[in-house]
Amino acid sequence: MTEDLVEEILESVNLHRSFNKDTPHLIINANQVLSSHQVDGLIMEPEELPDGVRARLRVKKGVKIGSPVHLCFGLLPERGVQHIIMDIQIEDEAEVSFMAHCTFPNAVNVEHLMEAQIKVGRRAWYSYFERHWHSEEGMVRVVPVARIELEEGAHFSTEFELLKGRVGLIDMDYLTVGQAGSSAEMKARIFGRQDDRIKIKEAAHLMGEGSRAALTTHIAVKNKARAEINNEIIAEAPYARGHVDCKEIIQDDGIARAVPVVEVRNPKAHVTHEAAIGSVDSKQLQTLMSRGLSEEEAIDLIIQGLLS
Amino acid sequence: MAILELRDVSLQVNSTLILNGLSMEFESGYVQAVVGPNGAGKSTLASLIMGLPDYRQYTGDILFEGKSIKNLNVDERARLGITLAWQEPARFEGLKVSQFILASARNKDKKEVDRVLEMVGLEPARYHARDVDKTLSGGERKRIELASILAMKPRLVMLDEPDSGVDIEAIDRIFEAIDYLKKDGTTVLLITHSPKVLEKADQAFLICHGTLVDQGKTSKIMEYFRGKCLPCPHKNVPEINSAAIVGGKI
Ligand SMILES: Nc1ncnc2c1ncn2[C@@H]1O[C@H](COP(=O)(O)OP(=O)(O)O)[C@@H](O)[C@H]1O
Ligand SMILES: [Mg+2]
Repeated sequence: MTEDLVEEILESVNLHRSFNKDTPHLIINANQVLSSHQVDGLIMEPEELPDGVRARLRVKKGVKIGSPVHLCFGLLPERGVQHIIMDIQIEDEAEVSFMAHCTFPNAVNVEHLMEAQIKVGRRAWYSYFERHWHSEEGMVRVVPVARIELEEGAHFSTEFELLKGRVGLIDMDYLTVGQAGSSAEMKARIFGRQDDRIKIKEAAHLMGEGSRAALTTHIAVKNKARAEINNEIIAEAPYARGHVDCKEIIQDDGIARAVPVVEVRNPKAHVTHEAAIGSVDSKQLQTLMSRGLSEEEAIDLIIQGLLS
Repeated sequence: MAILELRDVSLQVNSTLILNGLSMEFESGYVQAVVGPNGAGKSTLASLIMGLPDYRQYTGDILFEGKSIKNLNVDERARLGITLAWQEPARFEGLKVSQFILASARNKDKKEVDRVLEMVGLEPARYHARDVDKTLSGGERKRIELASILAMKPRLVMLDEPDSGVDIEAIDRIFEAIDYLKKDGTTVLLITHSPKVLEKADQAFLICHGTLVDQGKTSKIMEYFRGKCLPCPHKNVPEINSAAIVGGKI
């Protein structure tokens, strides 16, 4: 029974053939932990809640986890709420990367709420890739909130991808606070259709000398979808460096809005931003059309590039 | 036989006449050049032949292989075998060189990407997975553009200022690519104000102020570069500034 659910979840994220049960992993359906495997130095303590799972994850000091830790958060039924509370601690000089899949293949009305507290220790390294798999028509509300503390020299990167199926509603709110020499990279790539709503807030506070942050958001909206990006970098310390990059392509009656906030409180810090919103670039479009692609084919290829 | 024929083509933009009654015939299978000073209307002519949206309101007619292409869009003209390499090629964030080339290629085999990259002197293994964006130099970007055109195998290609923003080594590769195109039977139209590029042509047309001033063998048109005799009324004075006046047509 549990095996079948695991199989179904893996299949929905196209991992059913390649998944190896010996890789460190945690597979959850709704509020049920279906499978987990930990390796030396990685401690996972999941706890089932009435409407979700609370999980504590710890990578011990100096431990480098060789292969990516797979996390699958699924909600197979058509309706329901899944509340994931994560408390992640990467101790000094440890290294870990996560490959997370969030899958709602049958969703008609589903809510996925994620709250994460992440602490990355001195010179520790953390990378997180999250791919969403939604149903074609249903409504999924995704509300991820993450608070990330980066100690001296810590590295944090996170990438969020939602290209398959309908977005529904996403309201993301991530904040990193970085001490000296830390670096934070946050990326989001989302394709909105129909009446999808996309709200992104990525924020980085550069508190320590020489801390860095790069926030990248690439979004395409078509039909009546709307996107609003509020990315923010505040630099407090000398030699802090930041860059905010928002690119959005709109088609049909889509609406996109970008409000990049950059604030610098030290004369030796430097923060830049670029925002470009509009329909497909006409020179790109005409170049591809002059090679014989139709307008639709050319637009698809340009959007594929933006979201790659 | 003429692959492309312009019949009394004029283009007016905001009450300024940019192309003025151009009648020209481009012979199939040859390399031909359209030369003239900056602002003469060369790029405008190329855009108009390609059918770019802002250049559709011309008077007169353009025939490709004997048929009017006046009512055809860019992509329809491209599917007849007409293409254009812009002076400043577009950049595509996130698009890989191999994806970009395959999009234009007739033969969708991955090996085709290697073949055409080698033809423009770019090592396939090093370029396949690069993005077609600002991380490429101007010369690399122009060579990738040519590679995509080699893969497209067009009947007629217009290369707008093929040597601009390109280092010496890249220029030689670009010239080689022109030879490949010619060998393939593609008619090449070089749009240029550089004598070095003009040398690659069998025949040439000289335009100034949107008007055809002279045409004929490359050696004859080259004379205009040498005889920098009279000042040209243009503000941007290039090497052949005096051409129009020498030609006595303006
Ligand atoms: N879209 C346009 N709108 C107005 N003027 C234009 C436009 N395109 C070109 N021109 C003008 O037409 C003239 C010819 O330009 P162009 O074709 O770019 O010259 P060339 O390529 O020979 O240097 C110039 O004076 C230029 O300013
Ligand atoms: Mg020009």
